[in-house]
Amino acid sequence: MEKHYTDSKVKGVSTGTTILAAIFDGGVVIGSDSRASIGGEYVSSKTINKVIQVHDRIFCCMAGSLADAQAVIKSAKSHLSFHSVQMESPPLVIAAASVLKELCYKNKDELQAGFLTAGWDSKKGPQVYVVSLGGMLISQQVTIGGSGSTYIYGYVDAKYKPNMTREECLQFATNALALAMGRDNVSGGVAHLVVITEKGVEHVVVPGDKLPRFNDE
Amino acid sequence: MLGEAEPQWLSEEVKTGTTIIAIEFNGGVVLGSDSRVSAGESVVNRVMNKLSPLHDKIYCALSGSAADAQTIAEMVNYQLDVHSMEIGEDPQVRSAATLVKNISYKYKEELSAHLIVAGWDRREGGQVFATLKGLLTRQPFAVGGSGSSYVYGFVDAEYRKGMNKKECQQFVVNTLSLAMKRDGSSGGVAYLVTIDEHGTEEKVILGNDLPNLFNQ
Repeated sequence: MEKHYTDSKVKGVSTGTTILAAIFDGGVVIGSDSRASIGGEYVSSKTINKVIQVHDRIFCCMAGSLADAQAVIKSAKSHLSFHSVQMESPPLVIAAASVLKELCYKNKDELQAGFLTAGWDSKKGPQVYVVSLGGMLISQQVTIGGSGSTYIYGYVDAKYKPNMTREECLQFATNALALAMGRDNVSGGVAHLVVITEKGVEHVVVPGDKLPRFNDE
Repeated sequence: MLGEAEPQWLSEEVKTGTTIIAIEFNGGVVLGSDSRVSAGESVVNRVMNKLSPLHDKIYCALSGSAADAQTIAEMVNYQLDVHSMEIGEDPQVRSAATLVKNISYKYKEELSAHLIVAGWDRREGGQVFATLKGLLTRQPFAVGGSGSSYVYGFVDAEYRKGMNKKECQQFVVNTLSLAMKRDGSSGGVAYLVTIDEHGTEEKVILGNDLPNLFNQ
């Protein structure tokens, strides 16, 4: 119950959001909440989509300053489509993550943005990458970010299992987002989820009243 | 370099950045805590028991500034002894919690400690009270300390009404284990105290015996 300073005035800490990505058997789920707030006091949008498509089977979630993140993604998208034309094949997920990483690292003094990148490619299958604030790039099976993520570290550690089925993973992601939205006042709204597999991409939106409820609600 | 600067831990406040939890079951309560005490970046005590007895069947869990928390616990221990002699029987958990709350509220600007009070009495059975910043509220379970942020999601999802003593103990151990893995200020061993009408049982679970729920 200690107060944690998670607003944007503190450098290096993510702002009002909860994002997550997790690998399951055959694909990956990436998702976020949908609230945009100003100073933690006013909800400026209840239904903003923080899951951005950067290529056919590659999606990104942003954390940190929304303005910085959008600028970086815009630049990354154009790099990536050019790269894909040159290679004459869809880009690898790690290529997308690397493009983001280069931009974050080279401009680390000016930017305050981090990303989760998730997708599927024919070389390595489903993958999740994290580009942190300073430009570190690592690959993980499951990862969470944003101010709301603090509250679900324990839940994700306990409940994530490798090689879940698609349904189990979707349920896990929905539960995790719902729990974070329940405790973090700058995360909320609906849960946007994207399921990426070899076959294609599916958007799942879980409205507020359909989110799972837990015992004390 | 001439002259070494004094070690950081000498000048930093000693905090029990911590994870504490208490949960009620039908017939008693279970309290749990980690054992790390830090001063800045150093761990100054890795085996501190943060579950402090206020009376035979009433314990409190300490978090925040180590000095403040211990002082409050000692003062309330004394006040409770006097009170229980005056009424001629064992004190109620609510009385203990109220005494803690009175101190927390009166000195809320000077103190920075949060105590969770839990115990068993004849009238109401097992009870858990949170006393953050001078508030007094009874809850089915309470978590506190810096490590608690990381496990809010887990306890929200896993808590069920009507768990029995064994399930509560397992719940507490799992929660502590997850929090200790993620919070830099929590760690060491896990202390557990189970209080019911038959008595008080203290238990220590060493680091390597804690459940490993984290499989990455």
